[in-house]
This record gives sequence, C-alpha cells and structure tokens, in this order.
Amino acid sequence: MHNHDHQLDEMYRDIILDHYRSPRGRKDVADPTVVNEGMNPSCGDEIEMKVRLKGDTVEELGVHCAGCAISVASGSMLSEIAEGRTISELKVIAAAVKGMLTTGEVPEEIELDELSDIEVLEGVRQFPVRIKCALLAWVTLVEGLERYEKGGSGENASTTEDANPTVIV
Amino acid sequence: MQEAVNQQQVLDSAEIRKDFPILERSVQGKPLVYLDNAATTQKPRSVIDAEAEYYLKHNANVHRGIHTLAEEATEAYECTRDRIASWIGGVAREEVIFTRGTTEAINLVAHSWGGANIGKGDRIVLTQMEHHANLVPWIQLAKKNGAELAYLPIDGEGRLDLSSMDSIITPNTKLVAITQMSNVLGTINPAAEVAARAHSVGAVVLADGAQSAPHMPVDVKVLGVDFFAFSGHKMLGPTGVGALWGRRELLEAMEPWQTGGEMILLVKWDRATWAELPHKFEAGTPNIAGVAAWSKAFDYLDRFGMDAVRSHEVEWTRYTMNRLLGLGFVNIFGPKDVEERGSAISFEVEGVHPHDLAQFLDSRGVAVRAGHHCAQPLTKLLGQTSTTRASGYLYNTTAESDRLAEALLEAKKYFG
Ligand SMILES: Cc1ncc(COP(=O)(O)O)c(C=O)c1O
Repeated sequence: MHNHDHQLDEMYRDIILDHYRSPRGRKDVADPTVVNEGMNPSCGDEIEMKVRLKGDTVEELGVHCAGCAISVASGSMLSEIAEGRTISELKVIAAAVKGMLTTGEVPEEIELDELSDIEVLEGVRQFPVRIKCALLAWVTLVEGLERYEKGGSGENASTTEDANPTVIV
Repeated sequence: MQEAVNQQQVLDSAEIRKDFPILERSVQGKPLVYLDNAATTQKPRSVIDAEAEYYLKHNANVHRGIHTLAEEATEAYECTRDRIASWIGGVAREEVIFTRGTTEAINLVAHSWGGANIGKGDRIVLTQMEHHANLVPWIQLAKKNGAELAYLPIDGEGRLDLSSMDSIITPNTKLVAITQMSNVLGTINPAAEVAARAHSVGAVVLADGAQSAPHMPVDVKVLGVDFFAFSGHKMLGPTGVGALWGRRELLEAMEPWQTGGEMILLVKWDRATWAELPHKFEAGTPNIAGVAAWSKAFDYLDRFGMDAVRSHEVEWTRYTMNRLLGLGFVNIFGPKDVEERGSAISFEVEGVHPHDLAQFLDSRGVAVRAGHHCAQPLTKLLGQTSTTRASGYLYNTTAESDRLAEALLEAKKYFG
C-alpha cells in the first residue's frame, strides 16, 4: 500500500500539480506560423498549440490543454523551454522526453535536468496507460512542425486548422 | 421509504459477495471496491466452474459429432438457448441467436436486415445517448446505402425528450435503434412508447439491452421491439458471448451475415442453401464453453429474481448518489430520480480530471471507469471530454459507496 502511494506521489509530484493548477504558456499567439491540435481519444485530452516561427526558431508558443494533470503539466513545461529554440533542437528534446517515458533511455547529449521541470515527468513511466498523456504535447508540437516543414515556404503555409488533428494512440 | 429499506434487505450483498472469488482480492493493498460493472461484471464461482467443467469433461464441437462428448456439448450449448428464450419473456428458441456480444448482434442486424431494407432516402433514427455499438454500425450503413440519420434528443437531465418524436420518426423511417438503458447516464428509456410510434410508420425497432438485461426484468414482447441485443459478460456471464433475439418473420427473411460451416443446409460447387433458424446466423464454431457457462449466470440471477436485483440497485443508487452529492463538489449526469435510472452513475468533480480521479481512486482500491464510455458524441453533448463513472451490481454494498465517497474527498484535496 505504501509502495503504491509512493508511486502515485512520484507521478503527481508537487511540481506537476503546480503546473496543472497554473499552466504556463496559456496565451494566444499573434500571426502563428504553425497551429496544431492534438487529442488523446481514449481519455479525451485535447490540446491546441500555436507557434510563431522566425526562420527556424520558435519566437512564441502558446498551449491550451484541456486534460488531466499529466497532459496539462507536460504542455506547460514544454511551453517553458520552447521559445528561442530551433525546430531541430525541439525535435531532439521531444525524442528525449519520449525516451525517458518509454524505454527510460535518453540520448547522452541531452541533459533533461537542465530543461526546466521536464525531468519530473519521469515518474509517469510507472503507469503505462498514462504515458501518452505525458507525450501528447510533444507529439502535437513535433507533428505540427513537421507539417510546416513539408508545407514549405510562407507564413501560415502549414497552418493545420483544416488538417486532421494529431491523434495519439 | 420504510418499504424501500425493507426491499433493500431482499438481497444480502454481504452473503452474495462470498460467491465471487475476485471480490476477496485486494488492490494496492486495500480491499477491492469494484464499481465498473457497466463495463463488465465479475463472475460467481458457479460460472467459472462451469466453464472449466466444460473443458474438463465435455469438450467437443457442437452439432456435428455422433459421439457422447459432442452430444453433451450440444446439449449444454442448446440448453442456454432455452434459458435465454424464457428469460427475455418466453420467445421461441429459434429466435435466439448466439453472438460474441451486443456489438456483434447489432452488426448482424445492420448488415443483414439493414443492408437489404434500408436504402437511399430512408431514415434511421437513433438517440443521442447511444453507445458506439449502436451508433457506428448505423453510421456506416447510412453512408453505404445513402440513408439519413436522425437522433431523438435528450433533456437537461439526460432523459429522452419525446416532445418532437413524431417529427423525427418520419414516414420514411425504416429503423429505430434505441438503448433501453444508457451506460453513461443510467437513463431507462421508454422503449415501448418509442416502439409504438416507430411501428405506426412501419419502421422496425431494435433495442440495445446491454445495460438493461443485466439489471432489470426484460420482456421483449411487452417492450414491443423487433430485435433485442445483449451481452453475457455484463450479467455475470463469460466474455465473448451474447445474443440477438429477433422476430421470426424478420429473421427468416434475412440473408445470413457470415457464412461457412454450421449454417448451411446443402452446398454444391456453385451455390449453397441455408440451415433453419437459428443456425443460419451461427457460422463457424462458437464459444461453446462460454455459452454453456452463461446458463449458470441466469441460474444465479434467478435465485433472487430480477425484481429483487432491480430493487437492490435502486436503493444502492439512491444511497450512492446522495453520498456523492453530499460531498458538495460532485456533479452527477443523468436523471436525479432513481426510479428513472439504473446504477451507472457518471459524474464530474470540479477541478479534477477524470483520469487523475480514476488513478487516485485506484490507489485506494476503488475501480471506476474514466473516459467517454464509448459514447463520444454524448460526452461532448454533456460539455465534457470525459467523465468518471461508478456503476454497481447486486454484490455492491453501501459501505463501498462510503469508500468511494471518502476516496473522492481525498482526491479533491490531493489535486485541488
Ligand atoms: C449500452 C451498451 N451497448 C452496447 C455495448 C457493447 O457491448 P459489448 O462490448 O459486450 O458488445 C455496451 C457495453 O460496452 C453498452 O453499455
């Protein structure tokens, strides 16, 4: 019994609950370059992300997430580290977060503990059905960016409002 | 009220629990409180033993061997058919078709009857509270055959609003498919009233009995429907078995949905003819062990009678709803009047997401369901992305409702 309470507290760390209660990055982004929506149909988490790029660098990023504590906190943490980073940097970080949550392995060149609070998401790994809650924001960001890259030039070229939302399964 | 209290004692849940081995286990170091009965129910020892006994003593294929085991297997299988025929109101045994469950039963009707009888410009009427099992097959059929869909709306308390029924069930309506009891809202629908209107325009009526058959007396003749679908696993039986009842004239006129062994009369190189009902709709080797064991579930429920099961649940639901509402931060969806609903109680807790709530409750040994409960459009209509659902059965006690309420209070503090 203790063991499980401990596990629960490992997942719902105070930092996570703090992000859940007051999510960062919950703002509107003017003239977004990339807009993507993500959803987790099995639990109903929904996330909307808007990004304004300058070149290949994220100038501003806004996240609105209606979901569980894990998905909201994860999106909030993402918003804390995204601005000022390039598309390729963010993809590497997203892959590292995925590694931390699934195999437990993080590429050596990434120091997640230097990336704001992201490292505390690790406790979610004990709860396999919740991993996708933690990944939703990251997958939504990466897919949005990839659509933008494929869509090519011009502002709003890859605005995904008409596209299918990113669905995490 | 006094009468209700007496009725509650019709069922001695503490005694009943002893027949369910799994209820003795603990979860996360705490005695299990199983409140996910709308998803699937636990099984009494008699059902578990019957499934094992079939494999230990009688295993053989049905309807094909002239040897003792095959005869015993066939008898066990067919015996459950008789059981069901009398249990749903004394219908003919040939009208009872075994399926994998409610979902397969509805798909059978949609493909076979629907495919042949619903065409371009025809209308299919459903309700806003259907489970995906009674929604998606009709969406697919409408798309394929060019039919239109219309929905009977729900009111603010999650009851069917029949005020516009006559304008929704139009003369071009060919089928009305309606759940008898909602797995999300708990609502018990006036299926007979809807069926009467449907029949007045010549439509056929299917009732989804997945939630009603386990929890209340069912008589398909009184309901006045044409098809009735339900699942064994939601009524103490094994998973992977269910049944479709249909009116004989309809079933006889229908083409088989699946074809192969067991369902034929004669096969030539270039054609085949079909076996008589019910075998026409039972292609291939069925879940014989599951069907055989299902009969023990009926035996078990019959020990008390469905009126007693229903009375027990009415009282349990009343107690549980009052307990949850008493917390002050719980909002319950669905009818407030327990006489109008079953024991599936979906709710929201202000400030706590259903998934976090279910996770927390699990750490306290309390099993509930969080999500859209296979009813995404309804969940959206309720203004939610997901809800939490506690659903009871004959073995649930009010002490367990207290455990639920206490855990909710803790969760509210934890996340709040
Ligand atoms: C109202 C309703 N209809 C249909 C179903 C589908 O039943 P099954 O999954 O046993 O086919 C369910 C249960 O999940 C249900 O609650």
